[in-house]
Amino acid sequence: MIESRNICKSFGDHLVLDNISVKFDQGKTNLIIGQSGSGKTVLMKCLVGLLEVDSGQVFFNDRNFSEMNFKERKLIRHEMGMLFQGGALFDYLTVEENVMFPLNMFTSKSLEEKKERVNFCLNRVNLINVENLMPSELSGGMKKRVSIARAIAMNPKYLFCDEPNSGLDPKTSILIDNLISEITKEYNITTVINTHDMNSVIEIGDNIVFLYNGKLWWQGTNKEILYTNNEEINSFVYATELMRKLKSENI
Amino acid sequence: MLQILRNIGAYILLMRRVFTKPEKKEVFRKQIITEIDFLGLDSLGIVAVLSVFMGSVLAIQTAYNIDSPWIPKYTIGFTTRQSIILEFSPTIISLILAGKVGSRIASEIGTMRVTEQIDALEIMGINSANYLILPKIIAAVFINPILIVISIFLGLLGGWLVSILGNDITTETYLYGIQYCFKGFEIFYALVKTAVFAFIITSVSGYTGYYTKGGALEVGWASTKGVVYSSILIILFNLILTQLLLG
Repeated sequence: MIESRNICKSFGDHLVLDNISVKFDQGKTNLIIGQSGSGKTVLMKCLVGLLEVDSGQVFFNDRNFSEMNFKERKLIRHEMGMLFQGGALFDYLTVEENVMFPLNMFTSKSLEEKKERVNFCLNRVNLINVENLMPSELSGGMKKRVSIARAIAMNPKYLFCDEPNSGLDPKTSILIDNLISEITKEYNITTVINTHDMNSVIEIGDNIVFLYNGKLWWQGTNKEILYTNNEEINSFVYATELMRKLKSENI
Repeated sequence: MLQILRNIGAYILLMRRVFTKPEKKEVFRKQIITEIDFLGLDSLGIVAVLSVFMGSVLAIQTAYNIDSPWIPKYTIGFTTRQSIILEFSPTIISLILAGKVGSRIASEIGTMRVTEQIDALEIMGINSANYLILPKIIAAVFINPILIVISIFLGLLGGWLVSILGNDITTETYLYGIQYCFKGFEIFYALVKTAVFAFIITSVSGYTGYYTKGGALEVGWASTKGVVYSSILIILFNLILTQLLLG
């Protein structure tokens, strides 16, 4: 479980996160949603330690991450995997080398064992015969899948996904969503996804956190979000004509 | 002024992160070898061409300026050697490398920053500054002095070639000139300068790349800043080291 307690973060005079206290449960896909500029990415960066919070704390299974030094954080970071918006694959490495990278850095496994693990992870994300390709030779969806394979290579306890569907077609988006959801349940991972994709919200939103103007505005499940009376949420969820039509026809 | 102090402070803090124990020795060793290839051997061609032409031009200019019968002909070899060893090879070649290698380092690390590859390293628990910059510094400090020794040799060769082809002096006179009053310390001076310049090029370009913010435009700026800052510091440290070692 990941927990943030009273997190505040500002840039200059601009308060981006205002006293955010929220829990992200293990074995669930936890979604952070909100409009652009609502503080989703900043919250995720604060959770993983890429940004330091101004006040408040972040806990990983009751371990206070905010008060740890670099060495202590490193141990927790070995339990993290992250899927970045653009994939963040290393340009100069092949697909196989990218997935093998954390294994090379942090394990003393033999080459055969590492290759076996790489093949397992690539198969898990439904990628076959791509080991020797360079990231520049992959499509957007394939890059995301390789990135997921790299993120799960070390058997993480915590998986962070920053806008996993951005730039993907609807079909591939669903594939990526389902893949993340399956992996979360299969390995009992605490997954935190930062998104503004309504398909993801409805399909895989076990626990949804809605941010509005840097504040935690609402929290609930994908069932509850469709029937809430909260004005700000409704203006976000039913922003498209299609969603409004579905609501008016009570589908 | 405040911005300069801020940059110096950020640079020192970055260097504190760079000079830490590498995550895995085996990976680190491989990285150094790769960087020696990319930063050093890849520059051999341009260094060779520049050195031969620099030596040639120096010899021609010296020959042109010693019309007086009171000045011995071996001065052509002597002057070419002194100019190449003391200034042209270590400083001019380092300035060229600041352009070639510095821009490469800054744009490579800058691109990794804007495409979140550095964040990916940090999330894995890797000290990204150490992982990305230290192998480049070590590789350049090791390989650049070797490049400069090659440059000195080729510069002298270029000077000899034009002197012979232009019938200015004989091979024996040229060889006498390049051995005349030779002090081994001058080679040491050239190598120390080169090693310091190599450190400046890699660390400063690494710094400008590492703190890139934004997109493609900023990567270009980081690359330009890396080259400009490195070049200015090379000129400054050239003066300081010359005063310290020869003054």
